[in-house]
Amino acid sequence: MGKTLFDKIWDAHVVDQVEGGLDVLYIDKHLIHEVTSPQAFQGLRDRNIPVARPDRTVATADHNVPTKDQHLPIREELSRLQVKTLTDNCKEFGVTLYGLGHPYQGIVHVIGPELGITQPGMTIVCGDSHTSTHGAFGTIAFGIGTSQVEQVLATQCLLLSKPKRMRISVDGELQKGVLAKDIILHIISKLTAAGGTGYFIEYAGDAIRSLSMEGRMTVCNMSIEMGARGGMIAPDQTTFEYVKDREQAPKGQDWDNALGYWQTLYSDEDAVFDRELNFRANDIEPMVTYGTNPGMGMGIQGSIPKPAENGSDSFNKALNYMGLKAGDKLVGHPISHVFIGSCTNSRIEDLRLVASYVKGKQIAPTITAMVVPGSQQVRAQAVKEGLDKILTDAGFDFREAGCSACLGMNEDKIPAGKYCVSTSNRNYEGRQGPGARTILASPLMAAASAIEGKIVDVRELI
Amino acid sequence: MKKLNEVTSTVIPLPIEDVDTDQIIPARFLKATTKDGFGENLFRDWRYHPDGSPKQDFVLNNPIYRGEILVAGKNFGCGSSREHAAWAIQDYGIRVVISSFFADIFKGNALNNGILPITVPEVFLNRIFQEVEKDPNAELTVSLQDQTIKIINTDEVQSFEIDPYKKMCLLNGYDDIDYLLSLSPKIKAFEANHLQ
Repeated sequence: MGKTLFDKIWDAHVVDQVEGGLDVLYIDKHLIHEVTSPQAFQGLRDRNIPVARPDRTVATADHNVPTKDQHLPIREELSRLQVKTLTDNCKEFGVTLYGLGHPYQGIVHVIGPELGITQPGMTIVCGDSHTSTHGAFGTIAFGIGTSQVEQVLATQCLLLSKPKRMRISVDGELQKGVLAKDIILHIISKLTAAGGTGYFIEYAGDAIRSLSMEGRMTVCNMSIEMGARGGMIAPDQTTFEYVKDREQAPKGQDWDNALGYWQTLYSDEDAVFDRELNFRANDIEPMVTYGTNPGMGMGIQGSIPKPAENGSDSFNKALNYMGLKAGDKLVGHPISHVFIGSCTNSRIEDLRLVASYVKGKQIAPTITAMVVPGSQQVRAQAVKEGLDKILTDAGFDFREAGCSACLGMNEDKIPAGKYCVSTSNRNYEGRQGPGARTILASPLMAAASAIEGKIVDVRELI
Repeated sequence: MKKLNEVTSTVIPLPIEDVDTDQIIPARFLKATTKDGFGENLFRDWRYHPDGSPKQDFVLNNPIYRGEILVAGKNFGCGSSREHAAWAIQDYGIRVVISSFFADIFKGNALNNGILPITVPEVFLNRIFQEVEKDPNAELTVSLQDQTIKIINTDEVQSFEIDPYKKMCLLNGYDDIDYLLSLSPKIKAFEANHLQ
């Protein structure tokens, strides 16, 4: 019987098996950041052991950094201490750090791919659930807790049970104005926030295949939002062209050897998945969420559904928090904030798309809008192309790189009770700041909503 | 890691589905560089008003409900991988979390911190909620050794599954690092033949 893409990579990384079913999985690349690593480094210190493979470990500061005046000392004391702790730990344990002020600094899931750290066939982990992003390259990539960060630092391995395999195919052509973000929000709205739990997902089909690497990253990024450990896409010419010549990509003969291997990374025709789902690309509308988890989403022309009999308390609690009710449509709903950024949608392609839409337009006077590039390199590229000028002329605040208002850990927060159309990945209660009301959408929907001052159907405007 | 075998306790009922780790511990409290003290901010925004005064209708502010067992609706712990969620639960004094469904990463984080996450059928979960609503002093006995939960008032018993290795770790207070470090020669041998 043939093997799935997932099994090929997983099996090539099993060091040992524990009686009872757990695998000892070897990790090729370990990405770390300031929030989920300090306690892990302390654990190493307590045991008096080194980082096993500093050459396979890369650090950056992203979650808790300001996105304004990054050249100045961080104002907030605890944040400053946390970022300093990362710097000190990396120095003590010999780990490469792309910290604040470094031209490579940025959101960990943006810099991994752009530096060529992320390569097909690898296992990649990070103390962040959106590590699934790297699956776009045909890698097994997933988020881990701090105890596991410590395990990987100490041994370069993890003890894991092998997840089940699910394949989600999206075939056909997308409607105009429908982006990768809409594909994944559509899938999550059908599967619910728990529907992928226990599975590792492979995305397939010609609608997935036709996406750029940026689009594929957006899809894989949100795999965790349906509970899946990760999501992946078989590498192809689009992948190889993206990786080639990046700083840490293999070069010369090494490239040829790597490419030969990468070309074997696909699910065999007779491979069997534990679950298979199919979607038609043409059914997918621009998506918006109306509730407090990413599974509570609908097409822009839809109405908020009535709660199912079971779980109606949780459903009503969500709508109550959002100030919405069953039967409401979101088209035309006024908003006051727009956030364009996060590991889901902060790459150069996202910024180009937003800039091309807002060029020569002005955001509505009632709107506060910001664009936070995913990395310093994305920012530099945007400036080189003049996108920063287009965005600021249109009324957007163009910031420096970081996670920012996706999780409201730094000072970039949405005020209580306010509606924010956000290109990020989570619409949980208080995610973007206590009391903030998040509506997840694509960068194009966010840009158009900023201009109109309300939620719009972007298909009617392009 | 603290050992865990048998827990007999009253219950904190939280019959809400899809409780995400941002609710368990909001991001603005993740700035610490140690594992201590997260319990005071457990469920911060459900538990306190912005001015810091307690929200009277939240279960942790109701003196009737207390204990070492949290019972929650399905898909508990979804979202972020932050282990601070497990640290907050542990620091608050909870040793066992019961739900009909757990998010993956949270479940792993709980087990790595001496917290036992138990998955039970929806029907049994609702039986616990009903029993606690009737009698807030109703106690459960959780036996890890026997892999059972008993509602003491009614003698209803439910068995549960747990990975045998993880069970051994909890019973003895072992963590994964000790085990992985003991595999060092095997890991070295693997690395010698691993190309990527």
